[in-house]
Amino acid sequence: MIKFEHISKRFGSLEVLKDVTQQVSQNEIVSLIGPSGSGKSTLLRCMNLLEVPSSGRILFKGEDITAKGVNINTHRQKMGMVFQHFNVFPHMTVEKNITMAPVNVKKMDKEKAHIKAMELLDRVGLKDKADVKPVKLSGGQKQRLAIVRAMAMEPEVMLFDEPTSALDPEMVGEVLEVIKDLAKTGMTMMIVTHEMGFAKEISDRVFFMNNGVIAEAGTPGKIFEEPDNDRLKEFLSKVL
Amino acid sequence: MGTAMESTMAGNIMRVLKDYSGLFVQGIGFTLLLAFIAVTFGTIFGTFVALLKMSSNKIASFIGTAYIELFRNTPLLLQLYIFMFLLPEIGINLSPFAAVSVGLVLNTTAYISEIIRSGIQSVDHGQTEAARSLGLSHVQTLRMVVLPQAMKNILPALANEFVTDIKETSLASTFFVGDLMTTYRTINGATFLTLEPLFIAGVIYFVLSFTLSKLVAYLERRLRA
Repeated sequence: MIKFEHISKRFGSLEVLKDVTQQVSQNEIVSLIGPSGSGKSTLLRCMNLLEVPSSGRILFKGEDITAKGVNINTHRQKMGMVFQHFNVFPHMTVEKNITMAPVNVKKMDKEKAHIKAMELLDRVGLKDKADVKPVKLSGGQKQRLAIVRAMAMEPEVMLFDEPTSALDPEMVGEVLEVIKDLAKTGMTMMIVTHEMGFAKEISDRVFFMNNGVIAEAGTPGKIFEEPDNDRLKEFLSKVL
Repeated sequence: MGTAMESTMAGNIMRVLKDYSGLFVQGIGFTLLLAFIAVTFGTIFGTFVALLKMSSNKIASFIGTAYIELFRNTPLLLQLYIFMFLLPEIGINLSPFAAVSVGLVLNTTAYISEIIRSGIQSVDHGQTEAARSLGLSHVQTLRMVVLPQAMKNILPALANEFVTDIKETSLASTFFVGDLMTTYRTINGATFLTLEPLFIAGVIYFVLSFTLSKLVAYLERRLRA
């Protein structure tokens, strides 16, 4: 579904991604783990071109979205993204947060968008918050809202950029539950995370990133139980 | 002697007020009108200049920056003189009021564009990223996500710019355009009184500015709450 070939990304003289090539298949759930500054988030953000790779190309369903003249907005509609800091829209009600993109981007009928939004809110236990502003929500609730906001566009891929890193520990669980429910629907997902237990449980494959490259890729069993890469062994010994 | 002078002055002020109240009202009207024109059109053009300056296109960004720096680093009075003499020179014959309006608008545009730019940049970049990740275009993101949030910072600053412009327009009296300082000059010419009409104009300026500033401060607190 997503192929990335020879992706490099430089910020000035700093090379954050070095010739990374991999792919994610339909219905596959891939976790990206690794030390801070290893390039996980940058790689994820390249998938919907929030970061434009310095070189290399990204194929989404066979189409090169890094090519000149491609309208990235149409591709982004099919790639939902969830951020570490939620980035919910504070000036809109919870319901408006969800309906805004379907109504304005997909030109969905307002009434239909509303019904869909209420369904989604019900699924994540936020139905009674539909008419409040996000300022009244807890961190966990904001992140659940951010997830259904992305879901309302009916994406084919979901990208999660450290979705629980900014949460109070007691709110991590509720957000992970929502992501697990989503996994059961067969959604294709890429998840940057520091929650190793979660990555192990949910992933079909895990990419271990170190120093701008995918140092090892494999099933959770392989990555967590029989790692080959020395840096991965060292990393796991510290975080597990 | 002192009391005699004070009483003469008080008498003169009463007399000026009685004879020229209509002229003061007219002066207030023109002053407010000039400030209103400057801020209204300054906001429209200022938004455009701010977007130019923030553009990723280097040439557009340079033009925006150059405009702002040019108008902010030369005196307004000099700019007004230049427009007064430049416009007829290039075949545009405007009344003094219109020419002064053009000068004030172009000057205010520079200041307002910086207000709008800092308002836009005060909005967390994550908001833009979230909107773009949903498939919103650059313009949709600006209109539906960034600007509504930037307004909280922009509106009070715009209102303050209006108050500043009320005072700045006094420079326009150089060209006798009917503002409050022009009222002073007219009365001065007719009665040879200086301090009396100046005091009256000063009190009016103060009351206008002070009241409006307090109103803005109140509005600002309401917006932040």
